[in-house]
Amino acid sequence: MTGNTVISVRNLVKKFGNFTANDDLNFKVYEGEIFGFLGANGAGKTTTIRILSGLSEPTSGEVIVAGYNAKKQPEQIKKNIGYMCQKFSLYEDLTVKENIMLYGGIYGMRKALIRERTDLLLDKLNFREYGDSLISDLPLGLRQKLAFSVAILHEPKIVFLDEPTSGVDPITRRQFWEMIYEAAERGITVFITTHYMDEAEYCDRISIMSEGKIVALDTPDDLKRQYDAGSVEEVFVKIARPPSVQKGAQIQY
Amino acid sequence: MKRFLGFVKKEFLHIFRDVRTLIILFGIPVIQILLFGFVVSTDLKNAPVAFLDLSRDEMTQKVSDKICSSGFFRRSETLLNYNDIDKVLRKNETKAVIIFEKDFGRKLFSEGTAAISIITDGSEPNMATLITNYITAIVTDFNRELAGTQVTGTLLVQPEVRMFYNPSLKGHFMFVPGVITLIMILICALMTSVTITREKEFGTMEVLLVSPLKPVQIIIGKVMPYFLLSFINVIMILLLSWFVFGLPIKGSLILLLAESMLYILMSLSLGIFVSTVSKNMQQAIFISFVGLMLPTILLSGFIFPIENMPKGYDWIAALMPPRYFIIIIKNIMIKGTGFFYVWKETMILIIFTLAFIALSIRKFKIRLQ
Repeated sequence: MTGNTVISVRNLVKKFGNFTANDDLNFKVYEGEIFGFLGANGAGKTTTIRILSGLSEPTSGEVIVAGYNAKKQPEQIKKNIGYMCQKFSLYEDLTVKENIMLYGGIYGMRKALIRERTDLLLDKLNFREYGDSLISDLPLGLRQKLAFSVAILHEPKIVFLDEPTSGVDPITRRQFWEMIYEAAERGITVFITTHYMDEAEYCDRISIMSEGKIVALDTPDDLKRQYDAGSVEEVFVKIARPPSVQKGAQIQY
Repeated sequence: MKRFLGFVKKEFLHIFRDVRTLIILFGIPVIQILLFGFVVSTDLKNAPVAFLDLSRDEMTQKVSDKICSSGFFRRSETLLNYNDIDKVLRKNETKAVIIFEKDFGRKLFSEGTAAISIITDGSEPNMATLITNYITAIVTDFNRELAGTQVTGTLLVQPEVRMFYNPSLKGHFMFVPGVITLIMILICALMTSVTITREKEFGTMEVLLVSPLKPVQIIIGKVMPYFLLSFINVIMILLLSWFVFGLPIKGSLILLLAESMLYILMSLSLGIFVSTVSKNMQQAIFISFVGLMLPTILLSGFIFPIENMPKGYDWIAALMPPRYFIIIIKNIMIKGTGFFYVWKETMILIIFTLAFIALSIRKFKIRLQ
């Protein structure tokens, strides 16, 4: 893993009043990598993702995403990333094709290109016959796969996945990860947060956050060796203590 | 721009796919107008009255005929004694009882006066006042005729009252402007606040914010369809009140439409503001309904005149944007006045609009931090 750097974070600090959500973060993510971003609830993961995706300004530090500065050029960053969150991100009252058309359009893709990719995508997912059905008529697993395909429809440099597999059955999760691998092979960098520790094992590298700090960052195998653990889950339990006290300013949606 | 248009199209799809939204947008205005226009009519039409005639002469016959042939009243019952009065009023089939005293005709000619008593049902105060006024007017009219023909010597000075702008005091003249005002603020504020909070609740707002669309584009894109549909709504209501109630627009139609656009804009920005302060759809609906509908009905001067409100309430009323639009719309529609007479109210609406937009932007920025 020594490709080009697509995310570079140096001395990132984010404060909400007196509460420090991100405390001096430093890490790099390389092109085509699957980067697992782990941490207990309230550890500050969401805050970091929001900063990396240009939604929120860092208090201090330097954040470069896809070649653009997160503080000065958030609009440029937005054009070059894809995003999928734990809550479901497609519109239930629109059809599959309408959803694809909408997101393609938002990212400035030409109609012909969207149609071409739609056909390809429907073929690949094996749901050509669902093209004109409403999202609300699709089973959850299919929706989740579709949401991911839509998030990378415009071939972004990086895709952020915020707990994309919560509430999905094991088989779909497996298929979902196959899609992630495929995207990574095409050169799309995958930045993923998850609560499932077995999923963490699939990542190229993982970082573990605790109380606003990154406390570990390495490949899953190296981490297991360092902490003398049989699985990433054990590593996680050993180092990621839950926040001692729930502090005041929580991040709100 | 292309990004933006696709986004607007999506919002239209949301609206046209949701039956409930369509009903709220187009069903409620029509129903409200018809309801207020017909059911809550304050005009008297064939109100049932009972007569207790203790005299039974030519004069009493003439007076009661005049009352019943006026079109406002009809004879429901003829009573025989005082005990029946309470009974018929309690039965609710009679709104008032008219009593002619004994020897009515004879007294009228010999003494010059005779008494008619009107007994009304005080449990419906508005109706009672209305009936009393109408009957008094009819009797006065009768007096005048009498003065002209038979009775000599008494020259009665009669006040002649004319209601300007709404000569027959038709109720829908008052209700149509009120309903437009109420419906527009309710629908615009409710729909926009719900549509924006829905995106928040379903998590799609996050995805939109991360996309290259600017927050301003997202908000305008979401609100624009409602602006267009609400404007169509205003035109629909005006056509409806013209065809069904014959309500004229005395002033400039263009001015009226322009002011309506401003009011819609104000309501939409209020809706955006509501969406920034509410966490979910329920809260948005609650704020829109309880926070907007009741105050609009009670404090905008729609039904109860602001001039009669106790001190303090009129201050609250001054903070109700609908209040100013009611003045504008009544002036243009019923009095036919031009912009010169409503520019102050127009300025106030513009200030409200800008204030809501500024507050929303502030709230939005804080949320994004």
